[in-house]
Amino acid sequence: MNQVLGLYNYWVVICLMMIGFYVVIAGGNLIKKVIGLSIFQVSVFLLYITMGKVEGGTAPIKPAKNFYTGEDFTVFSNPLPSVLMLTAIVVGVATTALALALIVRIHEAYGTIEEDEILAADQESPC
Amino acid sequence: MLAHLPVLPIIVPLLAAPLCVLLRQRRLVLGLALAVCWATFIMTLMLLRRVLAEGTQTYELGGWLPPWGIEYRIDTLSAFVLLIVSGIGATVLTYAPRSVECEIRRDQHYLFYTAYLLCLTGLLGIVITGDLFNLFVFLEISSLSSYALISLGAQQTRKALTAAFQYLVMGTIGATFILIGIGLMYQMTGTLNMADMAARLNTTGGPRTVLVAFAFLTVGISLKMALFPLHSWLPGAYTFAPSVVTAFLAATATKVSFYVLVRFIFTIFKPSFAFEVLPLDIELMVLSLIGIFVASTVAIFQTNIKRMLAYSSIAQVGYMVLAISFASVTGLTAGIVHLMNHALIKGGLFLAMGCFALRLGSTELADMRGIGRRMPATMFAWVLGGLGLIGVPLTAGFVSKWYLITAALERGWWQVAVLLLISSLLAAIYVWRVVEVAYFQSPAEEHADVQEAPALMLIPTYALIGASIVFGLWTSFSAGVAHEAAQRLLEITP
Repeated sequence: MNQVLGLYNYWVVICLMMIGFYVVIAGGNLIKKVIGLSIFQVSVFLLYITMGKVEGGTAPIKPAKNFYTGEDFTVFSNPLPSVLMLTAIVVGVATTALALALIVRIHEAYGTIEEDEILAADQESPC
Repeated sequence: MLAHLPVLPIIVPLLAAPLCVLLRQRRLVLGLALAVCWATFIMTLMLLRRVLAEGTQTYELGGWLPPWGIEYRIDTLSAFVLLIVSGIGATVLTYAPRSVECEIRRDQHYLFYTAYLLCLTGLLGIVITGDLFNLFVFLEISSLSSYALISLGAQQTRKALTAAFQYLVMGTIGATFILIGIGLMYQMTGTLNMADMAARLNTTGGPRTVLVAFAFLTVGISLKMALFPLHSWLPGAYTFAPSVVTAFLAATATKVSFYVLVRFIFTIFKPSFAFEVLPLDIELMVLSLIGIFVASTVAIFQTNIKRMLAYSSIAQVGYMVLAISFASVTGLTAGIVHLMNHALIKGGLFLAMGCFALRLGSTELADMRGIGRRMPATMFAWVLGGLGLIGVPLTAGFVSKWYLITAALERGWWQVAVLLLISSLLAAIYVWRVVEVAYFQSPAEEHADVQEAPALMLIPTYALIGASIVFGLWTSFSAGVAHEAAQRLLEITP
């Protein structure tokens, strides 16, 4: 039971990762591929943030007083993974933007964003 | 100033890239990019000299001490790869103006140079950094800019767009795999600094998390490196990208990924884990051998020479990975030497292809009939490069094949040595096909007025091809440095 509930976040990560990965592979529409790719990347953000979380821990800001009880916090979460993910989010946004820009150009050139139709168009005319 | 030398090859091109966007003026941007590339080359040359004289150089970014801050760490291997990447970068950019003029729309030129500088920054950054997350960021900088560079080929053919998109999808999956691997490693060791991680990592009993991390990292890097069977993005990307971009990426991008693989296996995980706990050596050997044979055979049947050379690149990646699988000093030396030799040879070959593309407007084999008479200097360079690919004595290719076969025999894998020799024959076949068409068929009517490529393009082509011949004869520098780097990696005191 502890395996399922205690590692709840990790199960979510794995589910998201596999959903995203499957969509990238199986999606015939380029936009759907990009959506899959984004889900895949987001699952990794969650993985990092989960590993930085300490149970009952709060953000490591000093002085740390509990607003309600006035006691000092003693347990802190690891801020580093969250900071790393800020950078990874920027990378993810850049990737998505570039992918969408390419899709716009592909749509202009081919008149479609379905992978099989693009393939057929490429086979018909060599250039 | 000199105290900050390790960080300059990153800072200078990184700052010059946005400056290019601000300048916009074609000539100014070209001048700036050229100056920056050559300056970077000189800096990496100084770095290599310093590393050879004083040993490993470290630099703390912002004065934050490692393992908390980001550390740049340059040992013999990184300095060597840095020199190759920046040298190729500078040479190819010198060649670029005429080719870019003909293949890329005028109003996009400044964007080309910007993306080129960013790509160079990313590739140099991957090699220079001693921090894992920093490595991922630089990997993405170089990847994103290379997707943009490849898509610039859309001026020639719309297939460049789909090729760039496919590379983007595959590249992002690879990079995300690497990110997952880095995350799991951080979870196990609590550090991102490579040296610190290597010291803290406990692999006794092969903890499950470390195994999974290693698997993700290996697959992710192999994707970026185009190791068979993860190579499907490479032929399209290389074929449809502008000639300059193909030459630059073919000579640097897969090589840098190979460097990353070596770094992970030998510096962080240690060969005792990768090769003794896990059977990675056998796995890499089988995959690389299949890759060499499949890619070489497919190359023989290509009608487009750029695509043929792209498949040949996949085969050459196979040789480099095969060298790792020997897990010995000789094997690693072979891999590092081949990294350099193949960068020079393939860079030179793709530059020659750029000359043909400029004069003929095509890279199809059928259009190359009798071109040996119309463009003798370019074709001669191509032939010299082709001989290097086969591994004919007196070329750099021979040196790497020699080390590879020695390493195979040292390990007692004589079957591998035989297969290596046979694979060279396959290379001979695809090189010969081009030579036959170029020299022994009469020139096509419509190419009667084709002239030799301009000197500004021929000189850089010959610089790379010439270097590959020079390092085939004068092996003490390349093989010497590679040997020292291999010894350092395997922690054998020379």
